[in-house]
Amino acid sequence: MRDVAIVAFAQTDHRRRTDELSEVEMVMPVLHQVLDATGLRARDIGFTCSGSSDYLAGRAFSFTMALDGVGAHPPISESHVEMDGAWALYEAWVKIQTGEADTALVYSYGKSSPGEVRDVLTRQLDPYYVGPLWPDSVALAALQAQALIDAGDTDEAALAAIATRSRAAAADNPHAQIAGPVPAGEYVVQPLRTGDCPPIGDGAAAVILAAGDTARALCPRPAWIRGIDHRIEPHSLGVRRLTESPSTRLAAEHAGVFERPVDTAELHAPFTSQEVVLRKALGLDGSVTVNPSGGALAANPVMAAGLIRLGEAAARIHRGESDRALAHATSGPCLQQNLVAVLEGESAHA
Amino acid sequence: MPKEPVAVVGIGQTKHVSARRDVSIAGLVREAAVRALEDAGLTWADIDAVVIGKAPDFFEGLMMPELYLADALGAVGKPMLRVHTAGSVGGSTALVAANLVSARVHRTVLTLAFEKQSESNAMWGLSLPIPFQQPLLAGAGGFFAPHVRAYMRRTGAPETVGSLVAYKDRRNALKNPYAHIHDPDITLEKVQSAPMLWDPIRYSETCPSSDGACAMILTDRAGADRSPHPPAWVHGGAMRSEPTLFAGKDFVSPQAGKDCAADVYRQAGIGDPRREIDAVEMYVPFSWYEPMWLENLGFADEGEGWKLTESGVTELDGDLPVNPSGGVLSTNPIGASGMIRFAEAALQVRGQAGEHQVTGARKALGHAYGGGAQFFSMWLVGAEPPTR
Repeated sequence: MRDVAIVAFAQTDHRRRTDELSEVEMVMPVLHQVLDATGLRARDIGFTCSGSSDYLAGRAFSFTMALDGVGAHPPISESHVEMDGAWALYEAWVKIQTGEADTALVYSYGKSSPGEVRDVLTRQLDPYYVGPLWPDSVALAALQAQALIDAGDTDEAALAAIATRSRAAAADNPHAQIAGPVPAGEYVVQPLRTGDCPPIGDGAAAVILAAGDTARALCPRPAWIRGIDHRIEPHSLGVRRLTESPSTRLAAEHAGVFERPVDTAELHAPFTSQEVVLRKALGLDGSVTVNPSGGALAANPVMAAGLIRLGEAAARIHRGESDRALAHATSGPCLQQNLVAVLEGESAHA
Repeated sequence: MPKEPVAVVGIGQTKHVSARRDVSIAGLVREAAVRALEDAGLTWADIDAVVIGKAPDFFEGLMMPELYLADALGAVGKPMLRVHTAGSVGGSTALVAANLVSARVHRTVLTLAFEKQSESNAMWGLSLPIPFQQPLLAGAGGFFAPHVRAYMRRTGAPETVGSLVAYKDRRNALKNPYAHIHDPDITLEKVQSAPMLWDPIRYSETCPSSDGACAMILTDRAGADRSPHPPAWVHGGAMRSEPTLFAGKDFVSPQAGKDCAADVYRQAGIGDPRREIDAVEMYVPFSWYEPMWLENLGFADEGEGWKLTESGVTELDGDLPVNPSGGVLSTNPIGASGMIRFAEAALQVRGQAGEHQVTGARKALGHAYGGGAQFFSMWLVGAEPPTR
């Protein structure tokens, strides 16, 4: 395998509404930030890959216009996944592994504000047996949270503590949508209170990947991707044990998470209860700094929030605040699909 | 380290029809996947990862359907990727899967593309609401008709060329048991007397809306050695994209298409595509795109593509058969149409195309495009393993 690193990361300030911005206008600043950080121009990039969803935009082929923000002329080698940008990063990593590219630009974006994202996400569910019931994303997460409480894995006070810790950490994150003291609030769907749920908002993120010496030339301390893998579970909630995440565990094993301890973990846990599931699957103890960015509880631009976890973990390595970090992204109801990557700074095990 | 050679060892399609009311979406994709596994002599346990593609989720009203389809495609516990690059997606999906093998991330990958268009109305699904687009275009045909007209003006091609393409493709489809449109009574007169839909495109020169799926099993050299049937080898593959609209855009022959073909030919060591390629499965949703793409892909000089069509070169028994399967004009489950092109090219070099087999086909090109003639994906497959 070629050594590939995240050499630049940028994200928007995440906000509840961005009515004044098209997707292109939202994406362009972060694209320019990562290009400027590396001194690369669009035509220097070997491969471009993005992640987004037509269902958020409310129109078919929404990603075609976002391509305008990339400056795809002369034509570029480019692809798109209808998934969180973390999987776009995975596709780009594979492309670099083939040797056909040495650099890649990855971006993703999501505007949840135009619709009711709780309702929109119900359209992901089995269209014959579950979708027609419109069980929304908070209700499904609440089922999972209650299962955790019933199993003795957590309680409401512990969930509230996760929310408090995340929003306190987000005070140092200028891009966060909500930060600082946030009241636990009323139940949205019992046992989840407003504080247990992610903010709804719009945002975008971009990353540049580079291989080997190219990465070293572009970034003083590249965040090397030592392993990356993703796995999916059955769709039906009725055949899954919601208190566990075997796909996260499997992806982590394949990514090499358990070979050495990590010091940091950026987990894509939109609900407090999902952090409990992920910590268990990944074997994270109190020695690991979890979600120093505030995580998805501080900003959850759907389709970009997973890529942002990879970017936040990489940025800590860039800044010398971490030597070995885990980054995680999720997709689907109740953590159905999960991606895990291990990122390291150069001197970590020299 | 050089890339791992990629072989196509399994191909499965559903019988494409306007509405598969007898199966769910999961049932449809599983049918194609099982056929591909049977062709490869493999079971679900042999598959390391699944790469699925389709066009806009609105076509079925199902957001990110890979989540719901994980079980039906045997992906539980495995990596599953979902590609979406507009109309080129079927081709792009196959290339993403091929990259997993050539990069040695996985040994054997199932790739599949589908559309179940009977779940919605594709034409209006593609017609973006105000304020994204003026309310005049009414589907893909409305978008592409002016570019066809531009081609006719630019080249002086006779008005009948489009009907020749449709007449050929619909006759080829009669030899393909999986093709959607089977019209044994087809005549050139019938094609030419069909109502005008989007001037200069007649109803008979447009693609249908289909329910269908196409699956392929891609594997490495060791996997190919175990294949019960001759594999098709990937000699080159590429994707290129350009914006929908920009000053200087050539809708008749987009630069991205030219660049994509050039990249594939470079990888495959093709110097003269017209002589070295034995069969082409190109994405022709409206008849006139055959002569247009013949030029864009380097099979004819600029302005000369229509002459190949008119002189019968692209017929099944011609010198350069184009769309021996009947093409998109005969079968169009949109998200799968690109993968069907790629799979049909592979069938040709495997010698498994049945009645629509091109005699002695050793190298074949699969081509797909999408969006506003802006996304291109292509692969070149051969009967022999690549030597470079």
